[in-house]
Amino acid sequence: MGTINEDLRKQAQKLLANKEIDYFVGCRQGTIPFRSAPHAFRTEAELDQLTFDMTCSNNLAQFLHKNYKKGDKIGIAAKGCDARTLIQLMAENQFPREAIKIIGVPCCGVLDQKKIRDKLGGKPVLKYSLPSMEEILSGKKDTLTVEGKDFKEEIKLADVVSNNCLVCEYPSAPLADTFIQEGLKQEKASGSMNWLEKFEKMSSDERWEYFSKQYSKCIRCYACRNACPFCYCEQCIVDDSQPQWFGKSTNLSDTMVFHIIRTLHVASRCIGCGACTRACPTGVDLVTLGLYLDKEIKERFGYTPGLDPGELPALCTYKEDEKQDFIM
Amino acid sequence: MEQNQETKQTTKSENWEPRIMAFLCNWCSYAGADLAGVSRIQYPPNIRVIRVPCSGRIDPIFVLRCLQSGYDGVLVSGCHPGDCHYISGNYVARRKFVALRAILNFLGIEPGRVQFSWVSAGEGEKFSEVIKKVTDDVKKLGPASRLVKKD
Repeated sequence: MGTINEDLRKQAQKLLANKEIDYFVGCRQGTIPFRSAPHAFRTEAELDQLTFDMTCSNNLAQFLHKNYKKGDKIGIAAKGCDARTLIQLMAENQFPREAIKIIGVPCCGVLDQKKIRDKLGGKPVLKYSLPSMEEILSGKKDTLTVEGKDFKEEIKLADVVSNNCLVCEYPSAPLADTFIQEGLKQEKASGSMNWLEKFEKMSSDERWEYFSKQYSKCIRCYACRNACPFCYCEQCIVDDSQPQWFGKSTNLSDTMVFHIIRTLHVASRCIGCGACTRACPTGVDLVTLGLYLDKEIKERFGYTPGLDPGELPALCTYKEDEKQDFIM
Repeated sequence: MEQNQETKQTTKSENWEPRIMAFLCNWCSYAGADLAGVSRIQYPPNIRVIRVPCSGRIDPIFVLRCLQSGYDGVLVSGCHPGDCHYISGNYVARRKFVALRAILNFLGIEPGRVQFSWVSAGEGEKFSEVIKKVTDDVKKLGPASRLVKKD
């Protein structure tokens, strides 16, 4: 047994050599600090660039879905959220289970570039070193070192991990063909927290205040929609002009309606990968509304997305004898 | 000048009557409203009715558009569970309403503004009761201000 990266490369190489897959989707070193680049590995020679660490923040399922053609056979290195996205897309008949070889990798959260930038006060990072995945997962190390022009700092990983990883309940793939280093598999993220607690304590006026402030930051660039693995309609209702359902301005009422509908369209499908938040250029809180809705759906219908490729999303199905306390 | 405006506003709020949009399904609630009408059952004249084929036709954007354009309340009404003309339209709608209601409440839109009911074609009396209740609730809440699109 080697390191996680060695094992991952070995598995991918085996799949490519046996012609079980056409290409393997994974990450390789990127050009920006703290951000690795997704890549489709087509030859075995490329595979020595394949890596997995805390900088692999992209949801690879999104990358795979946009390029999938019928008949393709694809391998993927999947953290918990990648795998859950795939499973949910399978439940929505986007590709058959047989088409995808899921290689589960043990995940300990991904880094949030914005948090690091804020922590350093915007000073550019020239060099950084991350502890290896094994060291982080076994709890031996929990800091990363950043170096720039005349400064060198140690940052606690827990302070700069993405928010969606803080609330993550499935850091490991719930369904995988093989799992790399099963011994390091995380059952539940150590920092798992109740994100909604703060909001549920607020009065509805305070919440309105909070969300008004958040959504007035929105510039309607639709990056959140484009980054979302579940926003794959060929014609998005937001772009319709006849009839034009959505006001196109950055008026608070218009932006709020956009965000309500966006949340409703991914309700009971969103698995909380955080792609929307990472894509947002103005730092709008895009997760709280969705998290609340998911909790409500889980309580009422007992449904969690991304666990079973054979189960329909809660809002696409029904049961006859359901609680309907709010209907006159 | 300032005083004038103030008095204007008070008279306006004294005489204020809510405008409520009612989406009624063609097969039950619309017929229920019709029955209320032919039976001469009285109900407040604050509703504007839009007839839809089924409560399953209601997209949350319809409700939001009403609130945006200044309606003070929205009522969505369909067939009782089991009575849907299209077998399952209202069942699917019910789950959609759960999500819409949850999200609006969480954002801070008062729960009374958007209401749901099941009214069958034979329930003229219930239809008038529902309209009375919705109108009362919205009156208590006052004119809508959140989510209204101001230019």
